[in-house]
Amino acid sequence: MRRMTIEAFITHIENEFEDLKQGTLKPTSNFREEFEWNSINALILIAMVKTEYDVALTASDLVKFQTVQEMYSLIRSRVKT
Amino acid sequence: MALFTIPHIRISGMAACVPRNRKHISDYRWVSKKERDLFKTTVGIEVRRVISNGTTTSDLCQFAARRLLADLNWAKDDIGLLVFVSQTRDYLIPATSGILQDKLGLPKSTISIDINQGCSGFVYGLSIIGSLMNSTGIRKGLLLVGDISSRNTSYRDKSTYPLFGDAGTATAIELSEHASDMHFNLEGDGSGYDAIIIPDGGLRKGLSKTSFNYKRYGKGIHRNNFHVALDGVKVFNFSLREVVPNLKNLLNFTNRTIESVDYIVFHQANKLINETLRKMLKVDPSKIPYSIQKYGNTSSASIPLTMVSELNQELTSKKINLLLSAFGIGLSWGSVLLETDQIICPNVLEY
Repeated sequence: MRRMTIEAFITHIENEFEDLKQGTLKPTSNFREEFEWNSINALILIAMVKTEYDVALTASDLVKFQTVQEMYSLIRSRVKT
Repeated sequence: MALFTIPHIRISGMAACVPRNRKHISDYRWVSKKERDLFKTTVGIEVRRVISNGTTTSDLCQFAARRLLADLNWAKDDIGLLVFVSQTRDYLIPATSGILQDKLGLPKSTISIDINQGCSGFVYGLSIIGSLMNSTGIRKGLLLVGDISSRNTSYRDKSTYPLFGDAGTATAIELSEHASDMHFNLEGDGSGYDAIIIPDGGLRKGLSKTSFNYKRYGKGIHRNNFHVALDGVKVFNFSLREVVPNLKNLLNFTNRTIESVDYIVFHQANKLINETLRKMLKVDPSKIPYSIQKYGNTSSASIPLTMVSELNQELTSKKINLLLSAFGIGLSWGSVLLETDQIICPNVLEY
């Protein structure tokens, strides 16, 4: 398994969303406040997480977490070793 | 999984027909410009073709079939089988395939069958017409596949209205001792039946006055129970979970590598899904044709429409290996590995 870091995770998110300026997102950021949150953005996030980490996020996962750190922790807990 | 091989069957020709009427995403004022732009870049749809009132799937398929039969120079009396695949048929009863048999002037000896499948319909239909021709010895068959899903959407539902376009297709199938094998992997999971559904209007929940009451299901999502409801996240996750293993199992079954395939034609549901699948399969973008930008999600018609629209020159001029991958409503999904060799394929027709 390749090493997983929150910094790399944040970079992946920033690369996917045009609204996000590089370097603005922090682990404590509430991502719903950082850019317009809608169903298409949810799919973009799901696609990125599946491609990069082979983890599936469900609709209920998406409403559960608020911060980038919470999202990262959930994904990390599901990464296959 | 259902992995199997059908021998002695070839595609001799294909035609696709779309309505003239265009609906541009830029004109969809129910959502903001920002959302429209995001929809175009992410889902990949810029314009859809939408029927006028009174036109049905069978009209589009009939138009495509007439042109195809003329170009192939096939005698109508030689056609022993007509398979019509659609979820937007002319009537609740009777079946539409019989109506098409009559309108196309095919003989009474033509076996006519309806199949109720959506996104996976072309691959399922191909397996059924191919199997039946092998078992009966019928030498020429027509596979008519299409949908007019735009009729089932609510304008005030941003999760469905801008997605669906209409199209009808015709594929000519021939029994031939010299044809190369077609290999299939068909799967399904009915527990996800409600991921894409029109709740009312069948016999489980018949139409009533309340069927037409609009409800709000979220921001920009207002519809009634006679409209199609689509659980985007559920369908998205299903596609990312099932499609790649389905294709890998088919390739293993046939001892083939993905590199040996010239083109992978995915169901055109959403560019983001297909691009994610492409990355998971590690396939070059040049092998993945798209027609979604021009026609939207045309349900069962999307694979043959993409072939006719995007691979026309390749289909008509040389031998090519294709991997077709269909997935969606049902939930139902499947793939087929096949070869075509200089088939008859007129450019996309307008109705």
